[in-house]
Amino acid sequence: MEESLKTTCLHGEHLALGAKMSPFAGFDMPIQYSGIIDEHNAVRLHAGMFDVSHMGEIVVNGKDAEAFVNHIFTNDVRELGPGGILYGMMLYPDGGTVDDLLVYKDFDGSYLLVVNAANTEKDYKWILENAAGFDVEVFDDSDSWGQIALQGPEAEDALVRLFGIEELRELEFYTFCDIEDEEGGRIIVSRTGYTGEDGFEIYASPDNITDFWTALLADGVKPCGLGCRDTLRFEAGLPLYGDELSPEISPVMAGLSMFCRLDKPDFIGRDAILRQKSEGVSRKIVGIELKDNAVPRAGYPVELADGTVVGTVTTGYHSISLGKSICFALVDASCAALGTLLCVRIRKRVFPGEVIKKRFYKTNYKK
Amino acid sequence: MSKIIEGLLYSESHEWVKVEDGIAVVGVTDFAQSEMGDITYVDLPSEGDEIKAGEEFGALESVKASSELFSPVSGVVTEVNGELETSPEKVNEDPYGSWIVKLSISDESELSSLLDAAAYAEICR
Repeated sequence: MEESLKTTCLHGEHLALGAKMSPFAGFDMPIQYSGIIDEHNAVRLHAGMFDVSHMGEIVVNGKDAEAFVNHIFTNDVRELGPGGILYGMMLYPDGGTVDDLLVYKDFDGSYLLVVNAANTEKDYKWILENAAGFDVEVFDDSDSWGQIALQGPEAEDALVRLFGIEELRELEFYTFCDIEDEEGGRIIVSRTGYTGEDGFEIYASPDNITDFWTALLADGVKPCGLGCRDTLRFEAGLPLYGDELSPEISPVMAGLSMFCRLDKPDFIGRDAILRQKSEGVSRKIVGIELKDNAVPRAGYPVELADGTVVGTVTTGYHSISLGKSICFALVDASCAALGTLLCVRIRKRVFPGEVIKKRFYKTNYKK
Repeated sequence: MSKIIEGLLYSESHEWVKVEDGIAVVGVTDFAQSEMGDITYVDLPSEGDEIKAGEEFGALESVKASSELFSPVSGVVTEVNGELETSPEKVNEDPYGSWIVKLSISDESELSSLLDAAAYAEICR
């Protein structure tokens, strides 16, 4: 089983740092180095870096690139200038989610789709299947790129020290720029992330990424594993595909319909989203805060005070930054209003709580 | 190497027991706390609860996972360590000083099935 696990270009660095490793999306990935709480706090207060080289990069180019990406993607890429980035989803015709992703509009008119590692193959197939009739070329470029997410209030300083380019401070949220290495190789830096803090994602060749990792480490940036990547994104109210979005959970159910541009003429899943918005959905993702410190975990039942089961926890933690027990849960739409009293069954006991806004932590993006 | 204390009894599920005048003082071992990582919550039973040997009586929660606590002996809960409700990290800092529950032992013969320090050390290898 373990022999079939893939590794990223930074695998040797993780082992050398003594990281606790675990399989994730077919890769042997670091879960933690110094500890989840320590790493989480480093990102909130200083700067941390994540190996996200496992993410998928799919390129779409050709004459119909814009029309095609707009056909498979819920957000509207016609509004993107070169160097611009949009978040959105690819949907099945029934409104279920194929994946959530970032679309980068490149300077040559092509598009770079950055997708979840576990979905790269599925997404690539889905994109090809739907490309009939469009004059486009699609290729999976994932193996060409290593990727580091550099996140936290001190990420900008660390980035400027890494490249020696003061102008990187001016990079706007959800935009990217190119840097050339000494051999003319391409480095992409975007002001994006998955933590709720200011930060950057750096895409480069595996060799360059290894050098950047080593330099950032020497500069005092804390290596952070997938453990705190999940606690950070969760506090910031960001969904994880497989938990809060899935073939069964549409963006409307997840409360993400603002990323579905119904004013676009058409995209796969548009009719379903239109119907869900006008007729309503049967279940929704909500945030729940418990009154106790017991920890709600994925799969635990959500109940009314009378014991009626109305849903299931999708992600839950005792929040590191907020010091309270909170979770996302998929519940009957009739129980989704803010302030609704809901309980979570944790082992043998039932813990009362109430529906609160999903953005648990106030994000600190540089807009 | 995790710390194991002579004179205590141990369960295979990594609880330790100290017997004092018919009362079993129960906590988790150094091995258990280091496997868990930062403990953020201790789910305690209530005083008066009747617990059977091998039965789940509570849980430890770390950031990422929860781990059930199993009672090494049968008995009635006479006291719980309420300090752990506000300071769960004490289990990490001092696992043998941070007892979790005290039970009045209902069947002393069960103690003979627990492990001594040497036998428990074998399990932690």
